[in-house]
Order: sequence, then structure tokens, then C-alpha cells
Amino acid sequence: MSGAEPPSPAEGRGRRGGPPVVDARGSRCPVPVIRLARAAQGLAPGTTVVLLADDVAAWSDVPAWARMKGHTVSLLEDDGWTEYRVLLGAPRTDRGQADSST
Amino acid sequence: MAATPFDPAVTGLLDAARGPLHPAAAQTLLAALATGWADPTRRGPPGRRARVMLDTGREVLADAMGVRPDELSVHASPEAALELGLAGLRHARRRVGTRVVAGATERSVLLLQPGAEEPVAVDHLGRVDASAYAAALAGGGVAESGVAGSGVAAAVLQSANAEVGTRQPVAEVDARCREHGIPLLVDATASLGRDPVGIPHSCGSVLVADAATFGGPPLGLLAVRTGTRRGLPGPRREAEQGREPAPPWVPLVLAAAEAWRQTAAVSAEEERSARELVDRIRRAAAAVRDVEVVGDPDDRLPHVATFSVLYADGEVLLDELARRGLTVASGSACTSSALLPSHVLAAMGVLTSGNVRVTLPLAAVSPTRAADVDRLCRELQDAVATVRRRLGTDDL
Repeated sequence: MSGAEPPSPAEGRGRRGGPPVVDARGSRCPVPVIRLARAAQGLAPGTTVVLLADDVAAWSDVPAWARMKGHTVSLLEDDGWTEYRVLLGAPRTDRGQADSST
Repeated sequence: MAATPFDPAVTGLLDAARGPLHPAAAQTLLAALATGWADPTRRGPPGRRARVMLDTGREVLADAMGVRPDELSVHASPEAALELGLAGLRHARRRVGTRVVAGATERSVLLLQPGAEEPVAVDHLGRVDASAYAAALAGGGVAESGVAGSGVAAAVLQSANAEVGTRQPVAEVDARCREHGIPLLVDATASLGRDPVGIPHSCGSVLVADAATFGGPPLGLLAVRTGTRRGLPGPRREAEQGREPAPPWVPLVLAAAEAWRQTAAVSAEEERSARELVDRIRRAAAAVRDVEVVGDPDDRLPHVATFSVLYADGEVLLDELARRGLTVASGSACTSSALLPSHVLAAMGVLTSGNVRVTLPLAAVSPTRAADVDRLCRELQDAVATVRRRLGTDDL
């Protein structure tokens, strides 16, 4: 139930005014995506948010979340974990949009 | 509905990749316990009786698969049949090569076989691209090799995916395999008995089915078409066309044959009603905020519905639905023994967390099927909201 944890102060601004960094290494699905979504909440389109995660499920779930929400994500593999750099898109409401794909 | 010899307790069962026996198959099984218990290789009257029963069962099951009885063998599980079917092809062509061309959403038991380490990618709906598959057959793609077809021992393709329902381009891939002279194993374990048009006739050198899919016991059915080169290492096996060390237990084979007879007799109506229920589930799931319905909406199995819920935990969602008397499955990592997400969902690039999978039981097995689906559709919104509230993600 660690998804219920409040947004930690560590999830604030990154070093020296860089993009907000969410360090979710050590936590498992669906926690990394939840913390990432929380960090992205209320941020303007065009903002970048960074997630660090080592859960294998995040490898498919973060891009899937970004696609569902209209964000753009790039992955950078590091030693044993992955850095997800998310460029926030315009907010949109979505309702099971996969049905209309292709 | 026929009287059942036992209560299979199917109310709320929406995870029936393996369902309980068809009631008529259960009765056949009980009857066969009295008459077909013997070893069919024995010469005495009980053995001869069992042999006749086994032959009858094999004829029915071969007909189900569109093959001759002497092409069909029966195995303890569909996984065993898949493994053995592929092993036979690989062994016969071991001097040609060791590579196995397979789609990325094939069943794990096949993807774990040596040579299948670099599967062909699937699209967002879970379908392999026939031309990428053809390139892999030709030795192109990821693995580099010289001559066309070199190094490929066998090819594997499912008729449809059991987890998301998407059908595969079997006829097209089969034609390409023939061009290259590469034997194709068609995994019809999720389709045969559920999806009447799902298996193009006479496709593949090897065809594998699961009797549980049509209401029988979970036996593996392996058909190897005449003229296919196959072999197995080790001493010669006597039973089941040289593929097993011993014959199967006859009552199980008879039960499988009876399940096929019953299911085939109503297949059109069964498919129509399953498709309608699945469409209802997909619509109900799509109406919930931040839910992704996965798999092809049309070109699919009639009885499988899958969706993933954002900001929710598959395990908690399963428990919440179970609390409401509904049994579903999940491909989320937290519900797997290995704590790994479903390789099918991952290969499709869809959300693996909060995954819910419905595999409808046959109507003949579950009289409450339509009511259970109605209840799922009615309760889903609230079940998801409850889980999100508990996780503290309902404001996201």
C-alpha cells in the first residue's frame, strides 16, 4: 500500500532548479507510475519530470502511462535502473481510448 | 441443463482459461471409469475395450483438429504438447539450424525453448507483423545470416493470444513458411473450440490444442501432419505415434471427445453470445476513467476481455472483485509468482499494472455467465474507485 504515501519533500525541485526528480528505485508497480503522476500533477505542459525506477514493470508502464496522458517519454538505461524523462503534454481526459487505436 | 454429478461452483467465475468440465464430459468421465480404466495396450478384454474407446476418442478429437487420427497424439497438458511438438521439429532439422522464429506474445513455454530468444515484435494490439515475421524466416531482422532460410529450425505462431484475444495472421505466415520450407507450429490452444473461424484449415505442419478450452480435461492435443519431418532424441517411444512413453488414461480422452461433441454442436450460438458479453465488458471498462482496454476490438477471440487500470494494483483489484464474488485473472507483476509483468502486455507496450483479464467459461458450464458479466459491468466503476481510494490515488 505504499502508493498511499504522501508526496515526499524529496520529490520537489531537482538540484539547482533542474526538473523535478522522483526517485522510485526500490518500489514496485504501480508505485513508480503513481508517484510520477503525482509529481506531474498541476505542472504546466512543456515541463519535464524525471523518474528513476528499477522495477521491470515500469519499463512498460511509464511509456504506457505517458501515451495514455499525452506526454512524451525518453528512457535512459543506467546501471541497474532506468531514468525516464517525461515531457508533459497538454492535459486530456481519457476514457479507455485504446479501443479507438489504429 | 443436464444434471451434474458434482457441483463445480462456477458462480462468479470469469477466469476460465481452464474451466470445470462440461457437464456431459463429466458424466462421460464417470461412466468411462467403469469401462475404460485398463491399459489399452493389454490383450485381455479390459485392455481391448479400452483400446476401442481410445480409438473412438482419437477419431473425434482428430476430426476436431481437421487431421487424421494417426496424425494426432494426446498428452498430459497443452504445455507438454507444445514443448514436444517444437522439440520434434527442432530435432529433425538440427543440421539446418537451431533458430526458432516466434512471435513475442507466444506462450512462455515456447519462448523459453532454446533458439527462440529473439521473437518477432508485435504491435500495440498484440499482433505480429507478417512481413517482419517473413524477414525473420528469411534470416533477416535481428539475427544476421547468409542464405535465405538458413539457420531456422522451425517457426511458431499462435492462432490467437489467450491473454488479450488478438488473432494472428496465421494463413499469411503459413504461406511464407511454405515458401521457405520451414515447418510451422500453430498454437491453437486458446482458439480451438471457442473461435470457429480462428484456425485457417490445413495451416501449419504441427497444430496444438487444449481440450480444456472446449470444456474437456486439460489434455494437450498434438497433430503432426503427414510428411512433416520430426524426431526426438533418445530411445524410441512406443505410444501416441511414437511421441509418448505410455498411452494416455482412456477416460480422460473420452471426456475430451465428449466435450468437443457438445461444444461443437452449439459453437455458433456460443460464439455469438460470448462475443456480445465480451463487448459489454470492454465498453464498461472503457467507460471508467483512466482505463485502457487492450487487444484488437474486432479481430479477436470471442471469449477473452482484458483491460488495465491506471493508478491501481492488479492484486488489490483482483481481491476487491473477489470480495464482490467475481473471479478474474491478471497479468500484473504483483499477481505473478515470479513478480514479473505479463510478457504479452509488455511486448504490446500497454499498461501492465492494474491488469484485469476475463476468460468466459462456456455457457454450458456456467449457467450464471451472463448475470456474472452484468454484475462485473455494474460493479467495475465502484470496485476501481474503492481500490484507488485505498491506494490514495483517487485524486490523480
